[in-house]
Parts: sequence; C-alpha cells; structure tokens
Amino acid sequence: MTSVLTQPRPIRLKGRSFLALALTPELPFEEWLVRLDDLASRSAGFFMRRPAVLDVTGLDIDRAQLQDLVARLSARQVRIMGIEGARPSMLGADLPPALSDGRSTADIEAPPATDPAQPAVREADPAPVTPVAKGPTSLVVTQPVRSGQSLVFIEGDVTILGSVASGAEVIAGGSIHVYGALRGRAMAGTMGNASARIFCRKLEAELVAIDGYYKTAEDLEPGLRGKAVQFWLDGDSFKYGSLA
Amino acid sequence: MGKVVVVTSGKGGVGKTTSTAALGAALAQNGEKVVVVDFDVGLRNLDLVMGAERRVVYDLVNVIQGEAKLTQALIRDKRLETLYLLPASQTRDKDNLTAEGVEKVIGALRHVFDWVICDSPAGIERGATLAMRHADVAIVVTNPEVSSVRDSDRIIGLLDSKTLKAENGERMEKHLLLTRYDSLRAERGDMLKVDDVLEILSIPLLGIIPESMDVLRASNVGSPVTLADERSAPALAYFEATRRLRGEDLPVSIPGERRGFFGKFFGRKAA
Repeated sequence: MTSVLTQPRPIRLKGRSFLALALTPELPFEEWLVRLDDLASRSAGFFMRRPAVLDVTGLDIDRAQLQDLVARLSARQVRIMGIEGARPSMLGADLPPALSDGRSTADIEAPPATDPAQPAVREADPAPVTPVAKGPTSLVVTQPVRSGQSLVFIEGDVTILGSVASGAEVIAGGSIHVYGALRGRAMAGTMGNASARIFCRKLEAELVAIDGYYKTAEDLEPGLRGKAVQFWLDGDSFKYGSLA
Repeated sequence: MGKVVVVTSGKGGVGKTTSTAALGAALAQNGEKVVVVDFDVGLRNLDLVMGAERRVVYDLVNVIQGEAKLTQALIRDKRLETLYLLPASQTRDKDNLTAEGVEKVIGALRHVFDWVICDSPAGIERGATLAMRHADVAIVVTNPEVSSVRDSDRIIGLLDSKTLKAENGERMEKHLLLTRYDSLRAERGDMLKVDDVLEILSIPLLGIIPESMDVLRASNVGSPVTLADERSAPALAYFEATRRLRGEDLPVSIPGERRGFFGKFFGRKAA
C-alpha cells in the first residue's frame, strides 16, 4: 500500500483513437459469410492482423447467435476487437467489449481481385493501407468563447479570433491560437501531441496545458500577465516565450 | 407584432427587476403598449417594484395551467394606462413553467403589446432559460465587478445557443446594461471600468445606470425609478437607454463624467 502512495510519478491516463475496420453483418449470417469469404479469397490475408469492429446495430439477434458469429469470424482469421450497437446484456466476458460513439471515415477499399498467377508475391506485401480521407485539421472560431462553453476539437489546431472568457475552455488535438485575450483554460495537444503549442495575444489564463502537462494561473510567471505569450513543451518542462 | 425583450444577467441582485420596471415604464410613458412579465416563479418581486402587489389575483402559472385567462391575470398600472404587469406565482416553483405554456402566453402577448419585457430569474436553470427562449432582444444587466461580468458572459453564451432565434440560425440582438456604476470607485480601481467590461463581454452598450439612492427609494415606494423621479440621474440614464432600445443612435455618456463646479476642483484626473 505504502509503495503505491509514495510513487513519485502518477500514471498518466491518455486517450487515443485508432482506425478500425467496421464490419456490418447482415442476416442471414450464412449468406453474409459466403460474401465475406468471397471477398477474403480475392486477397488472402486481408483481414489478418487487422483490427475489426463488429457493428450489429439494428440486428435482431440473441447472445448465442452473436457468439456463434464471432467464433465463425475468428475461424476465418478475422479478429473482432469490439462490438458496436449490441445491448450490454448480450456481451459478457467471453465476447469482445462494447464500443460506442464511433465516427465514420472514408470507406476502406476492398482488395482488388488478385491475379492468380502471382499470389505468393502479393501475400508477402503488408496489408494494403488505404489513405483515409481526413476531415478538416483546423478550426477557426470567429466569435468569442463565452464562460461555461467548452470548445473541443481533437482533430487539430484551433484558431480563435476573439477572446476566451474566464470559465470557458478550449481543448485541441493540435495547437491553440487566441488572437484576443485568453482568460479561460487552453489545453493543446490533448491526444498526445507534445509538439503542440499555445499562442495568445493577451495572457490572463486560468490554466494552460500541453499533452497532459499543465500550469495554473498561480504557477505562471506574474510578469507574463497581459502579455502576448506562447507556450510549448521541451521534454517534461513547460516553456514560455514572448510573442512580441 | 410586438418585440419580446428578456432582461437577464445570470447573477442575482444586479438590478434585473429594477431595470425591467424602469424600462417598461419609460416605454409606456411614450405611449407604447407595454407588458412586464415576471418569470421569477417562487421569488417574485416585480409586483412590489411596480407597486401592484396588493392587486395580484391570478398569475403566470395560473394562465399556463389553464386556471385563468390571460386577461384576468394582467394588471394595469394605475399611473400609466398602457403599462401592464403579468405577475409570477409566489407559492409555486419554476417546474410549473412548461415550454409550451410559455410559448402560448408569449405568443398571445406579442400580438397585443408593442413590448413584452420578460424579467428573468437569476441563475441558468429552467426559469431563466424559458424567460429567454422566445426573446427577440436580450438586455444583459451587469454590475461592474468580476463575478457579475463572468456570469453575464455565461448568459450571453446561452442566449447564443439555447434560444429559439439561435436554434433557427438567427442572431440574437444583445445589449449590455451596466448598472450600479460608480465612476469614482471605478477610477480608484474598486470597480471594473466601462471599457474593461465592454472588452470582456463584447456586446453593444445600451446604457450605464449610476449607483444611486434614488433606485432603492423608488423600489421601496413601489414605483419604477423612471416614474418616481423623472429628473433623477438613474431615471435619466434609463430614459436614454430606452431611446437606444428603440433604435436611436445616442452616444453613451459615462455618469460622473460631466461634473459641476465642485467636481472641477475635487474631481479625478483625466483618465
């Protein structure tokens, strides 16, 4: 017990998002599996080592059917890492965990029909990685961020033309630029981006954070108040510099 | 079709009710048909400030629950015949306000009156959100001190997201009414200055009401400050604010800026 309490460094819990293949089976499963086999036969190893999520939203199936489907997929080397859209009662310790709030990206292309003449060569290739069309990676906000509002944009940088009020917060996966006064909280690089920075024209922030490291208003150099400042991370240490 | 105005602030005690009564009376003095609606169910005060507390029979909740007709609940002011009050209930709580009921009442009122002025309760809960929901114009009442300013900022955020106008993608017209302003204390740094508040809230200024004993005196005799003493400093400031609310383009003077003979000797240095 004491060893836990005296641990100098707490464990940092971070979120991270990954791209997974989402399979949406249709009833009857036998037919759907035939189509899947057909797809897989065109490119051996397409499903190998590829994380897949099973989306059973809207399917009228029971627990036994779901277990059966997962087992049959696993026999085909399709490893299901999570199940979306299932009732909690259907899932147990023997089934993959439930996933929710998935956001769709571009379709992952099915492998093209391989020429039977050269299958061995193709198989040695790593699984084809299709570039996924990304959404916008910057957000421009032309209105002030008011107290109590929380602006979350994990996809990238946030630029705010007005001010961020006391009691408001801005959370960005990338950097945060505030052209007005920063009076609330700014958290940049929240998805584990240590190279993110925070820029503001007038620093009156309650808290600034980059990649989980943070400083409250009290920890900030008093001389920085009201100044144009930027913050960045250098290893484990929080750095700041004048923008003027 | 009349205009629906919500007088709101987030924080309590900044002067929402006083301002509702003063602006309502000032508009009615100009011959326009005005109703002031008290949304502070359970803690009503507008009836007292309007001097109508002894004439309340039915209230907003009675009308919403169908126990009384709107015409039965409306109280006509004794001094101004185009000024009416729709009181709140003191015995019920804000859960008695329903979204549909409020919509019906406001819809009916805006057909009859030129101005429907809703006195919002403090806070950001049901009463306050319903009071602002159908508004065309919002008056954000703020005192020159940090907690009031931050609460007002929060309310402005709600006005831009939780009102019908915002949900329809329209812009809610918002005005700042700075009340209890004392220029001497602002200069000394005991209070925020006008520019500081405007910089933080960044909405147009409707008026600055000076801190004055006249306001308290008027409240205690049950009269809107614009009726109690039309020549007093706060009354003049409310009259000016009313003209701006009607769309006139008047420059805002900071109370205490123009000083008399003694002021020239004892006044502050130019900022």
